[in-house]
Amino acid sequence: MSLWREAAHGLRVLLRRHTADSDLNEEVEDYLARSAADLKSRGYDTGDAHRAARAQDGNSLYITEHVRSAGWENRADTLITDLRVAGRRLRRDVGFTVVSVLTLALGIGASTAIFSALDPILLRPLPYPAADRVVMVSDVDNAGGPLDVTYGNFVELRARVRAFDKLAVSNAWQPTVTGASEPQRLVGQAVSAQYFDVLGVHPVVGRSFVAADDQPNGPREVILSDGLWRRRFGADRSIVGRAVTLDGLPYVVLGIMPPSFDNVLVPDAEIWSPLQYETSFGPDSREWGHHLKMVGRLRPGATRQTAAREILRVAHTPVAEFARVPWSQMKQGLTVHSLQDDVVGPVRPALLAVAGGVLLLLLMVMVNVTNLLLARGAQRRGELAMRAALGAGRMRIVRQLLTETVMLALIGGAFGLLVAEAGVHALVALSPAGVPRLSAVGLDGRAFAFAIGVSTLVGLVVGLVPALQGARGDLRASLHESTRRAVGGHQGARRALVVTEMALSLMLLTCAGLLLRSVHTVFAVPPGFDPTNVLTMQIQTAGPRLADDSTRAHYFENVLDAVRQLPGVQDAAFTSLLPLAGGMDSYGVHLVGSQSANDTQDGAATRYAVTADYLRLMRIPLLRGRLLDRGDATGQPVAAVVSETFAKELSASNPIGQRFQFGPASASESVVVGVVGNVKQQSLLSTDMNAVYLLDTRWAWLDRALWLVIRTSGNPSALSAPVKNAIWAIDRNQPIVHLSTMQDLVTRSESDRRFALIIFEAFAIAALALAAVGIYGVLSGGVTERMRELGVRSALGASGGEILRLILGQGMMLSCIGVVLGLVGASFASRALASLLFGVSRLDPVTYAGGVALLLVIAAAACWFPARRAARVDPAITLRSD
Amino acid sequence: MGHRFPEPSMPESTTDVIPGTLDLLILKTLSLQPLHGFGIARRVEQVSRGVFKVNPGSLLTALQRLERAGWVDAEWRQTENARRARYYSLTRAGRKQLDAEAADWMRRSGAVLRLLKSEE
Repeated sequence: MSLWREAAHGLRVLLRRHTADSDLNEEVEDYLARSAADLKSRGYDTGDAHRAARAQDGNSLYITEHVRSAGWENRADTLITDLRVAGRRLRRDVGFTVVSVLTLALGIGASTAIFSALDPILLRPLPYPAADRVVMVSDVDNAGGPLDVTYGNFVELRARVRAFDKLAVSNAWQPTVTGASEPQRLVGQAVSAQYFDVLGVHPVVGRSFVAADDQPNGPREVILSDGLWRRRFGADRSIVGRAVTLDGLPYVVLGIMPPSFDNVLVPDAEIWSPLQYETSFGPDSREWGHHLKMVGRLRPGATRQTAAREILRVAHTPVAEFARVPWSQMKQGLTVHSLQDDVVGPVRPALLAVAGGVLLLLLMVMVNVTNLLLARGAQRRGELAMRAALGAGRMRIVRQLLTETVMLALIGGAFGLLVAEAGVHALVALSPAGVPRLSAVGLDGRAFAFAIGVSTLVGLVVGLVPALQGARGDLRASLHESTRRAVGGHQGARRALVVTEMALSLMLLTCAGLLLRSVHTVFAVPPGFDPTNVLTMQIQTAGPRLADDSTRAHYFENVLDAVRQLPGVQDAAFTSLLPLAGGMDSYGVHLVGSQSANDTQDGAATRYAVTADYLRLMRIPLLRGRLLDRGDATGQPVAAVVSETFAKELSASNPIGQRFQFGPASASESVVVGVVGNVKQQSLLSTDMNAVYLLDTRWAWLDRALWLVIRTSGNPSALSAPVKNAIWAIDRNQPIVHLSTMQDLVTRSESDRRFALIIFEAFAIAALALAAVGIYGVLSGGVTERMRELGVRSALGASGGEILRLILGQGMMLSCIGVVLGLVGASFASRALASLLFGVSRLDPVTYAGGVALLLVIAAAACWFPARRAARVDPAITLRSD
Repeated sequence: MGHRFPEPSMPESTTDVIPGTLDLLILKTLSLQPLHGFGIARRVEQVSRGVFKVNPGSLLTALQRLERAGWVDAEWRQTENARRARYYSLTRAGRKQLDAEAADWMRRSGAVLRLLKSEE
């Protein structure tokens, strides 16, 4: 049967209902007339013939209805009628509609925004073919934490481990692009040949790297991101094969990545070059530094577990071909995580907590709208009774009411999309550092589908209770009684809903409170230095002019001198690594002259290559010995200051004078001259770690990029412009990046907790408002319905104060029940927050008490207005009016 | 439906059309000539010698269904006394459908008949 013909006929009937109806009527009348004529011709007289025809064929109205009800369009027609009626009702009740739509828009919008953030990050696989086979491989440090891998281990694993189809390492690479327009520093990666094969994404124009590109002293080549290609090179395809100038040197463009390429390891990377590390290297080379990220693509059939086992086996069976160094033995094997877990893992708890929060808010919104509907349902009892009396079936009434609420929810959802749009922008702006796949966060088709789905569901759920209540019970009784005096069971339902609202908002309040206290506690953790009045920025030297170490050292010295001249600057210093600014730089440590012939004493330490004043400027406390000074620029062994943790590891009694080999084997020996307090490098909550401070000129090479730290006498931000100008006065071509105050870095380092906190605060405020409106509505409605009773009480001598207490007491009773349930709920809900909490129990009594107090105060305020209105009831007027 | 029409006071004993055969009866009737609704009902009744009785509700619903299936065409024709009547005619697809349904019916009723006769 042709579906198309069926649809076309139905539609024609729908669109031209009037014509279709009159045609059908005419046909039926014609039928009956012929039937009568036929009977008449068989001997009936005219009147009898018509009566007999009707008796035989049925009445024309019935036949018409019978034929009409057969087509599908008839059902659609009912729906249209329902929609029309619903639309009329919503238009008539403007106040109700506006409040409900706004409430729904808030709930649906917030959940859609959260969904669209969660979807690409947590729910969808990474945008790579067979993304579940892409893994991140990390070394393990002495404390069991993740450690970047060495090139030496990579070369061995690439040759010996069969579980990986492809294996690649990458390092940060930040070239400065020079040319026609102003110099710009780019974020990029130096990668080994198979990097793009591991991810499974290749250039759309040009080609990917091959083994021949990744050779020592190989050709200078780059692959560009789509964004960089458009922005910097005018989307010119002929750029492929031509050279671009980076750091003053020509690089040939090999290819351009597709616009959809999402490089989750370094999301803002725009340019890639071959790593080109040495193929044969001694123990003192960079190839043995722990500074590379390793990713692999598992062979079909291999799992993360089998890969990890195979690595461990390889680690325990060294071969002569792949000699290792003491600090890179893979003794504990390497960890193999899915890349998705690795990039998403750190933000998962915050995102899940936020998702839980929005669910509570959505529930709250649903309860609130249900409450509004019930209040309105009370006014509509008369109307519904009338419909029932006129023959509307119960299902028909339920359907009508559900149509109304679904329509309401869909309108709410439409406005909710506006809320969601704003919400997504806010989420992206607020999002904690290191959130992967941010570029994919947005209102896409899936988010729209989610919004529509949620709206429909919300519409059905909020409509169900009122609809069943409306269709239930003795409608005839309602028809008789005057609606104004109707006091029905719906008050019971509404009270239950208010209790639910109180409970839900207490849950949100408590969660927000726990996060608030955690954030406070976290920020009370001493970072190990004094962050006030410190301005920081990174200077990335670029170009062949500063390629030489001594020229660069001279340049850095000039910068320090120039900055120190500025008014408001107390002191300035350089460091290769800045606490809480992201980044790690660890090297192997080998104790010299220690009794231990084995290498159990060996480990790794974080390197801070600093100028002499750095430790003093940062006010990192000296615990033993002395700080570095200019005299340490020469002399053997190299003077080093170590962190408290490292000092303990070096020597239990006295670490001063302890010698050790740090980093490349060719580097001179170091000797401990002083011990300083531990500094939080990664985050305020990271464990204390081994740190070595030495003068920047004493390391095997002078870093190309150094952090400039400036202690100011006043507001540090005010100095950013003068400092930049002073630096550029020396050399205009050196990019200055990551300009920030130290205080901001401290704040930003806890961004995931703060992110969750801000969102929960917003949700909790919304929930409080909804709860207040809810309890106000119920009490207010209750007072209106009890006007007569209150009047009688008042006439019988109850004072205004007594009535006030009566109503207030009723409201507070509901609130208290809600509070009790809310406390139970919060004790469960807080479990979801556990990993975000710090220094505060998830059952922290102070937080719970605070939440309860705040909620009760708000509830009391909301109850006050209806209670006062009740107390002012004039008995004479109330009684007379009836 | 549940609704029963008032029993007509007809002289002979009549029954409703056997469920599922109404479409076949209509198609067969229209295969001879285009007819309006009452014409079809009358003809089914006459040819079946009053055994089958078609009620107008079911008939017009069936005609609407057949029209949508593309098996019959409908058109308004002027008839006597300036009245309009809706005439139905068989389409090419309808004829095919009739052949298929008729063959099917023959097969099935033949089987039923054989069963009934084998009793004796």
